[in-house]
Amino acid sequence: MALLEIVGASKHFGATAAVDGVSLSVERGDFFALLGPSGCGKTTLLRVIAGFETPDRGHILIDGIDVTASPPYARPVNMMFQSYALFPHMDVAANIAFGLRQEGMDRRRIAGRVDEMLALVQMAGYERRRPHELSGGQRQRVALARSLAKMPKLLLLDEPLAALDRKLRAETRLELIGIQERIGTTFLVVTHDQEEALSMASRVSVMNRGRLVQTGAPSEIYDRPNSRFVADFVGEINLFEGELTAEFNSLALAVAGLEKLVPLPPGANLPSGVAVTVAVRPEKMRLYRVSPTGFAVPATVSSVVYMGGGSIIHLLTGGGRTLKACLAGTAVGSFARDEAIWVGWSAEDSIVLSE
Amino acid sequence: MIGIGRFGRMLLIGVPFFWLALFFLLPLWIVVKISLAESVIGIPPYTPLVTHGVSGLKFHATLANFALLVHDQLYLRAYFGSLGNAAVATVLCLLLGYPIAYAIARTRGRRRQVLLFLVMLPFWTSFLIRVYAWIAILAPNGILNELLTGLGLISEPLPLLNNQFSVELGLVYSYLPFMILPVYGSLSALDESLLEAAADLGARPVPVFFEVILPLTVPGIAAGSLLVLIPAIGEFVIPDLLGGPDTLMIGKVLWDEFFNNRDWPVASAVTVVLVAVLAIPILFAQRFLERGRIA
Amino acid sequence: MAVLLLGFAFLYAPIGLLVLYSFNASRLVTVWAGFSTRWYGELARNEGFRAAALTSFEVATFAATIALVLGTLAGFSMSRFSRFRGRTIFGFALLAPLVVPEVILGLSLLLLFVSCENWIGWPSRGIPTITVAHAMFGACFVSVLVRAQLAGFDRALEEAALDLGARPSTVLVRITLPGISPALISGWLLAFTLSLDDLVVASFVTGPSATTLPMAVFSSVRLGVSPEVNALATLFLGLVFVLVALAFWLTAREERRRHTA
Repeated sequence: MALLEIVGASKHFGATAAVDGVSLSVERGDFFALLGPSGCGKTTLLRVIAGFETPDRGHILIDGIDVTASPPYARPVNMMFQSYALFPHMDVAANIAFGLRQEGMDRRRIAGRVDEMLALVQMAGYERRRPHELSGGQRQRVALARSLAKMPKLLLLDEPLAALDRKLRAETRLELIGIQERIGTTFLVVTHDQEEALSMASRVSVMNRGRLVQTGAPSEIYDRPNSRFVADFVGEINLFEGELTAEFNSLALAVAGLEKLVPLPPGANLPSGVAVTVAVRPEKMRLYRVSPTGFAVPATVSSVVYMGGGSIIHLLTGGGRTLKACLAGTAVGSFARDEAIWVGWSAEDSIVLSE
Repeated sequence: MIGIGRFGRMLLIGVPFFWLALFFLLPLWIVVKISLAESVIGIPPYTPLVTHGVSGLKFHATLANFALLVHDQLYLRAYFGSLGNAAVATVLCLLLGYPIAYAIARTRGRRRQVLLFLVMLPFWTSFLIRVYAWIAILAPNGILNELLTGLGLISEPLPLLNNQFSVELGLVYSYLPFMILPVYGSLSALDESLLEAAADLGARPVPVFFEVILPLTVPGIAAGSLLVLIPAIGEFVIPDLLGGPDTLMIGKVLWDEFFNNRDWPVASAVTVVLVAVLAIPILFAQRFLERGRIA
Repeated sequence: MAVLLLGFAFLYAPIGLLVLYSFNASRLVTVWAGFSTRWYGELARNEGFRAAALTSFEVATFAATIALVLGTLAGFSMSRFSRFRGRTIFGFALLAPLVVPEVILGLSLLLLFVSCENWIGWPSRGIPTITVAHAMFGACFVSVLVRAQLAGFDRALEEAALDLGARPSTVLVRITLPGISPALISGWLLAFTLSLDDLVVASFVTGPSATTLPMAVFSSVRLGVSPEVNALATLFLGLVFVLVALAFWLTAREERRRHTA
């Protein structure tokens, strides 16, 4: 039995459906990520699971029990808020102990659990500090400790890394994964940052306009997106739309702006004349000074942007199409603006999308 | 402020400062001076503090007025009576005002503005008239008694006027907006996510109120309490119109001493003591108002 | 919510009853003898009240205007200068009149005027002294409102104006003052109504010739309930309602303009 089962949940605000018929199951011990752009409904869905919003239709089941009508304080779910929401008039220990006091735990056990939680987030010794005396990262740890103190069956995290700087983000990411593995609680993270989702989660669900578009392992989402939206939202992508034509007994794609026909990956089984989209990740693009033996199109370099670990190169074909290629290290020296080169890729690296 | 220059800055601060010094601070100093004088028949009805005699400057200062305050039961009872009435009124204002402020804070959007306007409106209409309205209601042949008699609930009119009850009612009625607004200010500044976090951690509505909302609205409560307590202690109109022979409040004593007995030095002494007593809460109020809490 | 209804019923019942009975043909509060505007007529013919009303309006207009100027200056001082000599005393002098019992204000001011008269033979008490007194505590109220508004004012607007070549005086007149106009409008109105409404301070500092409306009402009311006072009260309520509604509407319009900019 799945730990969290959402069945056909919908939530409207006025005429707009923030959540539109969403069904999802999250298994025990999962580190699950709900990924989507702002306004896609992921935060609303999170609040529905936590109990702050009641869905207009559908059910929420936790461990088989229907909690749809239960108030937030009666659910075995806890949430780590994006703004942390630490009680400013209580010190760190009192914040963490708050939930435990509500369930009537005796004082000694509470003190023990508080110490345990502080050790877990490496904030031992900070018991008497007030929230306003802590840095952003420290506040987040306390918020995490507070939300885990009651050992909930499900922990919801609302954009947990959003407020942190890049370095802290990377460290915190690892820590969250480590904590989750250690205590085994099921985590559900909501985020708009696909790097966050792909690096932390064991399963990802991409959401758009209130609906779940694709659910699967991170590599699946990245390497085999099922739609233009997912391909475009997660990572950078080159998209080619066109009509299938038969050439030399194999199918290829006629794309406006490209002089040659784009080859399809092996195993693509579609009739001729159909309109499809082929997607290729920038890191799969190969650049050549002279025309190679395999498939390649001529283009000129329009810009080279050095990002530290790699470079993004924008190219313009003769027909006016923009292509994105990604190379490791600095390519600033290798390619000059307006240089004429050849861009190619292997057909196996391309993805066929029907929508 | 850029570009105003040193002279401009002096003028900006100086003009209102001078006005207040002249018409607020200086008068208080004069009150102190006269409290040390003796009452005489004449204009002005008190002795001067310094006189030019043949042998130079002579000081006439007496503490007789202050001694009178301590010895005469009337004044002590009036001070304590005022404090007691004001304290009761403050507590009642809190008990009535907090729920109202809370209800207003819970409404959304434009209705909130309308409600605040409706709360403020009585304050803007004449204080005197509102107190007077209560006379019409509470009098033995007033509206309330007539209503109750007409309904057959009582056979004789209830003594609702000219006693402690009517004074407290008048105080609470007049000062209620002063409690509602600061409390509302605190409530509306409350971060909603804190309430959600508390609920998420298992707190039911009642514990959420006592453990999260109430502690965080203490500044508003304190500001409101001071805004009610301090002026209420020295209140004159309400005890005069609504009070009875046994209502002893220091504001009324001050007025009577001044206008009826024409004893300016004693009145001044009463004032000095009153200001001394109020100085501490006023400094507290200054601390809170400095943080921009007042509407 | 029930709480709101009860609360507002409590606040408005006495006022409502006054208005109701101002139209009562009978003199007695308890007997309803039919709708009549007779008391309004009697009120209009009452010389005492008419003169008092005129005095009060005169005083209130002048006092409110002076209070607005002084209060705005004080509000700017406290808001823009975090450090200057005497700031604590100034702050105290700005806030104490708001909470100090009116009898203290009245008494101390009267003693000032008397001492002054003794010393240099001026002023004689009456309309000028009442105006000065009202302007004093009116300024304190205005300063609180101006300070609050300045606190929320985006100084980047002033800096942008300076950057574009405007002189400080221009910035003040064309940018800052319009920017705090809600506080200025409600400040003037607040000082006006406070002056109009003041009984205690006016009673202390007035002279033989000047009677304000509250003073006239007070002497009438001490003798008992009077229907002309009901009529007066209703008129007064109507006037204040219009003024305050106007102030709120103007401020709301300003706020809306600001947020769409």
